[in-house]
Amino acid sequence: MKRQVSVWRLVATHLFLVVVTLAVLYPVLWVLDMALTPGQAFAMDPIPWPSNPSLEHFEKVISTTSSDGRWLFGRQLLNSLIVAGATSILGIGLAATAGYAMSRWAFPGRDIGMGLFLVTQMFPGVVMAVPLYILLDELSLLDSMAGLALVYATTSVPFCTWNLKGYFDTLPLELEEAARMDGASRWTTFWRILLPLSKPALVVTGLFSFMTAWNEFILAATFLGKEEAFTLPVVLNGYVGDFGTDWGSFAAAAILVSLPVMGLFFALQRQLVEGLTAGSVKG
Amino acid sequence: MWLLLPALTFAQSAPSAPRPEPVEISLWHSYRGAERDALEQVLSDYDAAHPELKITPLALPSESFNTKLEAAAPRGNGPELFIAASERIGSWSASEIIAPVDFQAQDFHPVTVAGVQWQDQSWGIPLASKCVALFYDPLQVDQAPQTTDELLQIARGLRDPESMHYGLAYEAASAYFNAAWLHGFGGGIFKDGEPDLASEENAAAMSFVFSLIENDLLPQEPTGALVTQLFNSGQAAMVLSGPWMLGEIDPSKEFRVAPLPKISATGEPAAPYVTVEATFVSAHALHPELALALAEHLASPAAARVRAVSGRQVVATQSVWDAPELAQDPILSAFRTQADRGVAMPLNPEMGASWEPMARAWRRVLRGAMTPEQALNAAQTELEIVIRPSPPEVDWRPYAVVLGLVLLVSLAWFIKALFSARTAIAKWRFAYAYIAPAALAMGALVLLPFIVGAGVSLFAHSDGSFTFVGIQHYLDIALARDWSITAPQSFWFTLAVTVLWTVANVLLHVGIGVGLAMLLREPWVRLRGVFRVLLILPWAIPNYITALIWKGMFHRQFGAINGLLTALGLEPVSWFGSFWTAFAANLTTNTWLGFPFMMVVTLGALQSIPRDLEAAAEVDGANGWQRFRHITLPLLKPALLPAVILGSVWTFNMFNVIYLVSGGEPDGSTEILVSEAYRWAFTRQHQYGYASAYAVMIFGVLLLYSRAMNRIAGKKVL
Repeated sequence: MKRQVSVWRLVATHLFLVVVTLAVLYPVLWVLDMALTPGQAFAMDPIPWPSNPSLEHFEKVISTTSSDGRWLFGRQLLNSLIVAGATSILGIGLAATAGYAMSRWAFPGRDIGMGLFLVTQMFPGVVMAVPLYILLDELSLLDSMAGLALVYATTSVPFCTWNLKGYFDTLPLELEEAARMDGASRWTTFWRILLPLSKPALVVTGLFSFMTAWNEFILAATFLGKEEAFTLPVVLNGYVGDFGTDWGSFAAAAILVSLPVMGLFFALQRQLVEGLTAGSVKG
Repeated sequence: MWLLLPALTFAQSAPSAPRPEPVEISLWHSYRGAERDALEQVLSDYDAAHPELKITPLALPSESFNTKLEAAAPRGNGPELFIAASERIGSWSASEIIAPVDFQAQDFHPVTVAGVQWQDQSWGIPLASKCVALFYDPLQVDQAPQTTDELLQIARGLRDPESMHYGLAYEAASAYFNAAWLHGFGGGIFKDGEPDLASEENAAAMSFVFSLIENDLLPQEPTGALVTQLFNSGQAAMVLSGPWMLGEIDPSKEFRVAPLPKISATGEPAAPYVTVEATFVSAHALHPELALALAEHLASPAAARVRAVSGRQVVATQSVWDAPELAQDPILSAFRTQADRGVAMPLNPEMGASWEPMARAWRRVLRGAMTPEQALNAAQTELEIVIRPSPPEVDWRPYAVVLGLVLLVSLAWFIKALFSARTAIAKWRFAYAYIAPAALAMGALVLLPFIVGAGVSLFAHSDGSFTFVGIQHYLDIALARDWSITAPQSFWFTLAVTVLWTVANVLLHVGIGVGLAMLLREPWVRLRGVFRVLLILPWAIPNYITALIWKGMFHRQFGAINGLLTALGLEPVSWFGSFWTAFAANLTTNTWLGFPFMMVVTLGALQSIPRDLEAAAEVDGANGWQRFRHITLPLLKPALLPAVILGSVWTFNMFNVIYLVSGGEPDGSTEILVSEAYRWAFTRQHQYGYASAYAVMIFGVLLLYSRAMNRIAGKKVL
């Protein structure tokens, strides 16, 4: 069913997309400009192009060492990767089982449970940091990546659960029923039949959890007690001071922090589009 | 998956060697750059000289320093000692975070000794002082001005609007920088210990600064970064700044520092606030004598010398100033002279609460919205509202009875529900096993902290102690007892702004997201993959950095947006000067951040919508809009509705954009509920109870909203 598209429409659409994309990229270019300009430049002329680009800020950020001379950036990058990776795995694990139960079975309390999940998104974080601190301390999870990953996973689980439930809802029941007839247990059906079919949604869920953990700094700075244990956003935030901000390092660190996520977005863009249902109900 | 947890915990605790462990002394600070290097050098020298000790310094982002300290110290997780500005002594001593110290005061600069005194005791050992002084470019200014008349004369002579050249630049809207003028004119924040903002002297100081703006002698909306940049590029000949700017001046640039001039009208020197940085020993220190010894060492002449020479600190230890390399250091000497003339930063809690109303008063005057007298009167009223006494303590027993009854009734209801559904529950036993991990984790780590946090709303917090006040905070907020209902700070005004903010954002996010998705699904569009990836970039970059970039782009004089408007022949806009433009700036930023999510959701949903229906409608003569309106949109609705509900909940609590872009300007009118709650918790005397009541009310509003949405949608959406 191929239709003829008029030349005008073709040109206008592409022009429009190019303009919108440039507008979207403009602030990003500013970050790049600040990171590449030596010294401290901040939003002065309308064209974000460094006049004499240098990598000094990147070098400074990457080569940060601790007081006893150990290389910190690599360690902190690794921390971020471990925490964000553990958060994704935990987030997927918690959300997939819960989302499956909510999608397939009309057990008593399901609607209330789903409502409660949404409700947790409405809690303003401003009141929660100190109680969370006390709780993690009681559980001896303070100052550990496990504790941090658990906290992050619980903040992303509601979204992930709705998203997975929405996706599971779109998958036909027949396959599972057939597997059950053949004597497969519920868990086997879920694990072997349903999950492999839900790859795009699992990817989105994982990506979302990953980003939640990857960008957070307030809780990380509050819960972690050693510089070697910090995640990258804590370091990034350290460039903002009470009396002034080291804009160059801040921008360079921001780019370094964003690169892995950009890479993931690029690599996973197909799954992103297919897997993001945000709890949509079967149309 | 659960196996991972113990593994991660284990990775944290490395096995320790069997030899006797040195005593670990932890020290927290938030120094950066040269100050940090100097401190670490002093610490590692001390560490090397004391093999029985192991000193572990920890540099924390200044933003999270206080939260972390105040959460950790009472539970014994804090450091043995820490370095901080002395402003929070009152609260720290009341909540037993710090212990009083005895030290020999004679070798310390008097301002710094005064800066660690609270209720007739010393609470820390002074390290250094920080205050504002005058930086100038000797190529443009031969000699530092001695009086404000000279300052004005030089500033006028060097001002050139054509080349954007200024004689003088400083953060003129900041209450901190302007305090120097207040004191020079004989005014200040307190008189006889009581806040006294609306004095004639303060008004005279405001008129003086307003005349600078009126005569176009200062750059508009000057931020610290802008001031530094103007000075570095030679576009500003004199700037007011503090020692923190030393590390940011271009190394090739020649500059001098001088004390601030005398006020010509009064003959008194302009006197900036002096912030005192000190080492504090934790009240929970395991080795208080070792910690104290280290604190004393940090202030000792030998250590002070390193901090002064390589850390460029204006050290409090006076005997060091006779050392040749410091006596001849013109920059540090100038700061030291300035500290002699400065005013020690007041330590009473009302001081912390005065910044917000005073900053607002300055901005009101500088943008010409109010006269100094009006603005100061308004600031005095606002400050009095914020520092009003806590509500009286009430008897907690009636509350306990009511709470007990509510719990009993809900328990009874719950058991009844369980009982009546017992067969169904037994039948679905396995389903509960599937949701149990998520439910347990959420219950423990989200629900429980929220209930505890919400419980705080029944208490009033002041200086580390909580008193039970029942529902008084809720009454005060809901009945607009503190602020009249039409004041921008009232709950209802802020609620209206928040609702407007949420609706406008969601409409734009969905509109733009759906629009772009409709274009990006057309098979004849080239490079769809490229567009798609580039258009979701805003989602991938941490929003706290892009929000700051947007703030810079909305700058009145140097921002890219006004640059664009001028290039198009339009008048530049003062974005943060009026409600609607400031709101538009926030909205633009958040739309940029938020549309990609809706676009991706729509792209996903569009994939499952067959296009034959549309083709059929086209054959029937339906135009593009009609096809979208009557065919595509209804099919998109089931996917979009949950995204809209989620998106609105996220937008409703979008703290970062409001706080970083408009910061509530003008006059706090663009504040939303969550940023207002933040201010009560952190900038208005740490009224955690009041802030928590705000948080609970935010939660209530969102709960009602999701109910209403479900009703409107006619079925359960989420």
